[in-house]
Amino acid sequence: MHMRKSDLFLISLVFACILVAVTFVDAHWRVLNAGSHLDGMAQMVRQLELTDLSLFTEARYTRHLSQADYHTAFQDHPLAIEHFPSGSLIHPPQLLQGTDEVIFPETALPD
Amino acid sequence: MKSFFLKQRYLIDFTLSSLLRRSGKNIGLLLVYTLIVFMLASVMLFTHALRNEAGHVLAESPEIILQRMIAGRHDLIPGGYLEKIGQVRGVMEKHGRLWGYFFDPAIKANYTLMVPRDRSLGEGEIVVGAGIARTRGVGIGDILSFRSADSRTFSFRVMDILQSDSELVSSDLILLSEAQFRDFFGIPEGFYTDLVLRVRNPKELRTIAEKLTLKLPDTRPILRDEIMRTYDSIFSWRQGIVFILMAGAILAFVIFAWDKASGLSAEERKEIGILKAIGWETADVIRMKFWEGFIISISAFLLGYLLAYLHVFYASAGLFESVLKGWAVLYPEFQPIPYIDGLQVATLFFFTVFPYTVATIIPIWRAAITDPDTVMR
Repeated sequence: MHMRKSDLFLISLVFACILVAVTFVDAHWRVLNAGSHLDGMAQMVRQLELTDLSLFTEARYTRHLSQADYHTAFQDHPLAIEHFPSGSLIHPPQLLQGTDEVIFPETALPD
Repeated sequence: MKSFFLKQRYLIDFTLSSLLRRSGKNIGLLLVYTLIVFMLASVMLFTHALRNEAGHVLAESPEIILQRMIAGRHDLIPGGYLEKIGQVRGVMEKHGRLWGYFFDPAIKANYTLMVPRDRSLGEGEIVVGAGIARTRGVGIGDILSFRSADSRTFSFRVMDILQSDSELVSSDLILLSEAQFRDFFGIPEGFYTDLVLRVRNPKELRTIAEKLTLKLPDTRPILRDEIMRTYDSIFSWRQGIVFILMAGAILAFVIFAWDKASGLSAEERKEIGILKAIGWETADVIRMKFWEGFIISISAFLLGYLLAYLHVFYASAGLFESVLKGWAVLYPEFQPIPYIDGLQVATLFFFTVFPYTVATIIPIWRAAITDPDTVMR
C-alpha cells in the first residue's frame, strides 16, 4: 500500500519525539547510576584537597583557575600578553570579580 | 475539527511534494540548519553537564585555602603562619599543602605534582594520573625520570595509577612523598605552597576569612564557595566557553534566518501566484508556508538535538576536545554525566524553531496578499 507523504512525516516526527523522550529517560537513568562514580571523584577531591578540574592543563592559571590571581596570566615578562588559547575561553576566578570588597572590607592590600 | 486535521494533512502532503521538487536546495538547508542546532545543543548539553559535575565534585574541596602573596605573586608560605593563625573559632583543622607544577620536556606537558595526605609513599615512589600514564605510555612498575630544578635526575617508580573514571580532576596529577617533593623542587623544610583550613560551619567562612586577612595581611584566602562559583560561571549560559562557542553558531543562524525573511526566490513567488490563481486563499498559502518552515525547523531541531546528545554523552564530546585542549598535551578522557535541563532544551527549541518559522511566513504573507497576476510577472 502506498503511504501518504504526510503520514510518513508524522510517523517520523512521532518517532523522533519518542527518541528525544528516550534521551531524557536515558539521562535520568545514567545520572542515577553515576552516584558511585561521582562520590568516588568527590572523595578523591576531599582526600587530595583538590581545587580544580584538570580540563585546561596548558597554563598554570588555567589548570588551577580558582587559585590564580590578577597577575598570573601576565607575569611571564613585564609586557607579556595572555596568550594561551584556553585563556580566551575562561574568565578570571570569581574571587577577582569584585567580591573582595565584601569579604575583606578592611584589607589595605590588593589581591 | 476532523475536516481541519484532514485539511492540514493535505497541506503537509502538498508542502512535502513542493519541498521535494527542490530537494537539492532543501536538503542542503536542512543539513546546515541541523548542524547549527547540533552545535548549539552540544555546547549547551556539555557545559550544563560539566557545570553540575563540577558543582558536585568541588563541593568537597577545602573550605579555605590561604595563599601568601609577595609583590603581587603567590609565594611559599612559612609553616609558622599556622601558629600565627592560632585558635580561630570554627576552624576544625589546619595544615600546609605542598603542590607545584612540572613541565615535562619529553612530551611538552605540564604535570601537577602533589603531596597526598591520604597515603604514604616511599622514596622514589609515585602515583600518576591516568592522563599521564596514557600519554607517557607507562604502567604500574615502570620508571619515570625527571630532571629537577638543580639539574639532578630523579627516577620514580609508578606504584599506582589513579582511577581512570576520575580523570576530570586527576588526569595530570603525580603524587609523591613530602621528602621527595621538597628535594625535587628545593623547597626548604617548614615552607608550604599554601595552607588549608577545614571549617565546620559554612556560614562562618566569611568571618573567618576576614579574621585571617587581619591577622596575616600578606595572605589571601580562597573560599570553597568562590572555587565553585568560578566553575559555575565559566560553564554558564551567558559567559565563558558557552558564549565563545555559541557566538559563531548564533550569528550563522541569524544570517540564515535573515536571508530567509528578507525575500523570496522568483520560483517561490511564481508558485504563490499560481496557487492564488487556481483559487487558494491567502490563509491557505500562509498555512502551507507555515508547514514548510515548521517541517524544516522541527526536523533540524530533532535531528540536531539527538546527534548532539550522542556526541556529548556517548562520544565524550570529541569535537570540543581540540578547543578545550588548546596547546595542552594532556587532556582528560571522560564521559560527562548526562544532566539535562528541560528548560534549556525548551529554550533551544523556542530559539531555533520559532524564528525560522516566523521568518518563512512574513515574506510569504507579503507576497500572498498581492494580486496573483503581479506576483507571477
